[in-house]
Amino acid sequence: MGEMSDMELYEGPLNVKEIFGRWLDEEAESNYGAYIPFVGTIRAEDGIEALSFDIYEPILRQWFEAWQARAVERGAKVKMAHSIGDVPVHTSSYISAVFSPRRRVALELIDEFVEDFKANAPIWKYDVIDGKRIYAADRSTPMEGAGVLTGGLKREK
Amino acid sequence: MVKVEFLGPIAREPMEVEAESLAELSKRLYDEETIRPWLQKCAVAINDVMVKDPNHPLKEGDRVSILPPVCGG
Repeated sequence: MGEMSDMELYEGPLNVKEIFGRWLDEEAESNYGAYIPFVGTIRAEDGIEALSFDIYEPILRQWFEAWQARAVERGAKVKMAHSIGDVPVHTSSYISAVFSPRRRVALELIDEFVEDFKANAPIWKYDVIDGKRIYAADRSTPMEGAGVLTGGLKREK
Repeated sequence: MVKVEFLGPIAREPMEVEAESLAELSKRLYDEETIRPWLQKCAVAINDVMVKDPNHPLKEGDRVSILPPVCGG
């Protein structure tokens, strides 16, 4: 866990201020003109007491490394942190940030990065209600390449 | 034999299956009632590499991960 790379995973809620502050310090002399942080906070709705997360780390690391490479091509850098397990309402489970020489690239990249994160990072979300974990099926998106199992079935009919 | 693991919310223990391609594995999984409803929505990784070819070959000892729909953040 933790500080080995620009992707950090933690049990439970994130210490947002510590992480953002540390990222700022890490890049203080990198000559980036723009630093755009994104914070995802768990909202109290539908009677949930927390959200809970499973992560498949090997594929998440590959996904993140591909984004790091895309950012580097544009002279930028991405960082992210995510929680594993239960995260109570009004705390944060996901933060990310883009650093870049100029704001335009950073603004575009944070949009693309956060949206693709939602669609393709191998993370599964559960509502926690009365201590029970319920898979958030209706808010979940099939990953790129989904259907590869039924594709084979159709082709052979 | 390949080892199949089901990630996230698919409540299912890993299983060992005899299959020489992903298509062959698909047929085996389709026979499992608890897995069938997930199949259409799942992506697949073999030895932690995402695959897109339904006929991707499998070899002895491969580890196949079944990845259901995601929602990070």
